[in-house]
Amino acid sequence: MRRMTWFNATSLTLGFAFLYLPMVILVIYSFNESKLVTVWAGFSTKWYGELLGNEAFLDAAWVTVQVAVASSTIATVLGTMAAYVLVRAGRFYGRTLFSGMIYAPLVMPEVITGLSLLLLFIGIGLDRGILTIILAHTTFSMCYVSVVVSSRLVSFDRSLEEAALDLGCTPFESFRLVTLPIIAPAVISGWLLAFTLSLDDLVIASFTAGPSATTLPIKIFSAVRLGVSPEINALSTIMIAIVTVGVITASIISKRATLMQQRDEQAAARTA
Amino acid sequence: MAQTVFAPWDDPNEKPLIQFRNVTKRFGDFTAIDNLSQDIYAREFFALLGPSGCGKTTMMRMLAGFETPTEGQILIAGQDMAGVPPNKRPVNMMFQSYALFPHLSVWENIAFGLKREGMEKDKVDARVTEMLRLTRLERFAKRKPHQISGGQRQRVALARSLAKAPKLLLLDEPLGALDAKLRQDTQFELVDIQEKTGTTFVIVTHDQEEAMTVASRVAVMDEGRIVQVATPAVIYEQPNSVYVADFIGDVNIIEGAANPSADGYDITWAEGQPILHVKTEKTFAPGQKCFLAIRPEKVGISAEEPTDAANKVQGQIIDIAYLGNLSTYHVKLADGTMMKAQIANTRRLSRRSLTWEDNVWLSWTDTAPVLLES
Repeated sequence: MRRMTWFNATSLTLGFAFLYLPMVILVIYSFNESKLVTVWAGFSTKWYGELLGNEAFLDAAWVTVQVAVASSTIATVLGTMAAYVLVRAGRFYGRTLFSGMIYAPLVMPEVITGLSLLLLFIGIGLDRGILTIILAHTTFSMCYVSVVVSSRLVSFDRSLEEAALDLGCTPFESFRLVTLPIIAPAVISGWLLAFTLSLDDLVIASFTAGPSATTLPIKIFSAVRLGVSPEINALSTIMIAIVTVGVITASIISKRATLMQQRDEQAAARTA
Repeated sequence: MAQTVFAPWDDPNEKPLIQFRNVTKRFGDFTAIDNLSQDIYAREFFALLGPSGCGKTTMMRMLAGFETPTEGQILIAGQDMAGVPPNKRPVNMMFQSYALFPHLSVWENIAFGLKREGMEKDKVDARVTEMLRLTRLERFAKRKPHQISGGQRQRVALARSLAKAPKLLLLDEPLGALDAKLRQDTQFELVDIQEKTGTTFVIVTHDQEEAMTVASRVAVMDEGRIVQVATPAVIYEQPNSVYVADFIGDVNIIEGAANPSADGYDITWAEGQPILHVKTEKTFAPGQKCFLAIRPEKVGISAEEPTDAANKVQGQIIDIAYLGNLSTYHVKLADGTMMKAQIANTRRLSRRSLTWEDNVWLSWTDTAPVLLES
């Protein structure tokens, strides 16, 4: 192996420090005995215990999970449908306009999306609560799902669907039995993306949340304005842990799938 | 003849399985199929042969129901197919890319169409087993498509398309992805399976050798039209045009003017070259422009002047293509015309006398060439 040059080692250290130093400090101080965030007074896990007793945080966490699951699921269904139509429907009048419009929310400032949704909900007299957050999150995460799914559909061999039709499937059966299982990885990663986006959204949620329902990011943000407590550190550490475990699991699964496929193909080459 | 020859197209009482009636297909302002009418009979192995872009794949996709004719009618077993979707047609197709479902095993791929029909489980089992046996895939039933070789995938695709026992099987360049040796074996296998199952096969190919090997009739296509439909032997021996003669195999084409003689036509074709004599059943007006097509293997080559040949010309060997079993001699005639003569290498290389720059005689009988109008 080539030895790392002095320059490369320095850039690597600085780069990672830039990325991870804030988080490392946050994690360390979550185990702080003292109530003062900046003063180290010895190791303790008492803030984690206290967090478990904090009803307000637990309620907010529960709302966040509900919103994330519901909105990412609805967004996945709608986003997949939109992607399918845009990739498959061929040329129809206004196609370019439609495909442009589905991507527009990606670049739209969140404040504007949030404000417009707020005005809409007020306009139609919908009380702000968990339902409105779900609707709002579905709206903006749907286009992310559609981007992920349509990039997979573009490379999808259409003759597979034709083969399914040829063997007696109705168009819907061919989608359900052939297309969907094959594009499933893209649909799942679309769902995961929508889930994460919903989980950490603050701006749109604060426009559309009502007194009856608050999400965790809103709760954290408002708590921090009154002063950072080690409890927040503990909560953030838990969230970092969950995300880390999720990412590692996903990469292990995909790595194993690749290895399996390679082994299968080698086996096929031997028996050929 | 004691043996009955399979030729339903010559029997006026036979009803065709497939009828194309004045079918035209346009994509925008491009005409893929141009006012085409053609009958195909049950149990035929019908080959659509032509260069890419000649419309052969479009014809097949219209039969499968993936394209609809712009004008005209397509009938299968007497029923008009207009408005019948692909899943309601008694037709199955084997795709060029095989289109095997990657998430299903070989067994499930073959069973796919049967399950869609709502067939009972025992019957599905029996039918899939039968198909696996027919295509010699029993050992691979549990594998996924990416776990088997290209030749095996091709057989899975065939088994899957035959499983529903369609009236008509469409094969889109079925052997394109296989190497030469495997392709030859598979061609005979296809013919064998076609005879065993009694299914009508329509195959699309650009490989003339493949079409000749498998087909009962070959349709040579060019720019959305069928130029000639006939058995492989007729296509090769009696092409109806220079296009067909040139597309199928190797051929020498000599352009000249036809003049009726005692038992055929005398062809004058180049200054200082002997008049050629051809026997043909076609009639040409005196002086009419014609093309004489002669296959290289029907041209003899010798160092001495042949005494009893109906046609002979003199030239010099420019090139020899040694193919192992055959050698093709490229001979330049006095007027600059290049002609090819093909000789079977029945003797060992060292015993052969002709070599580069030798002056030789080319000769052929008066029935060997075909005289064409265009």
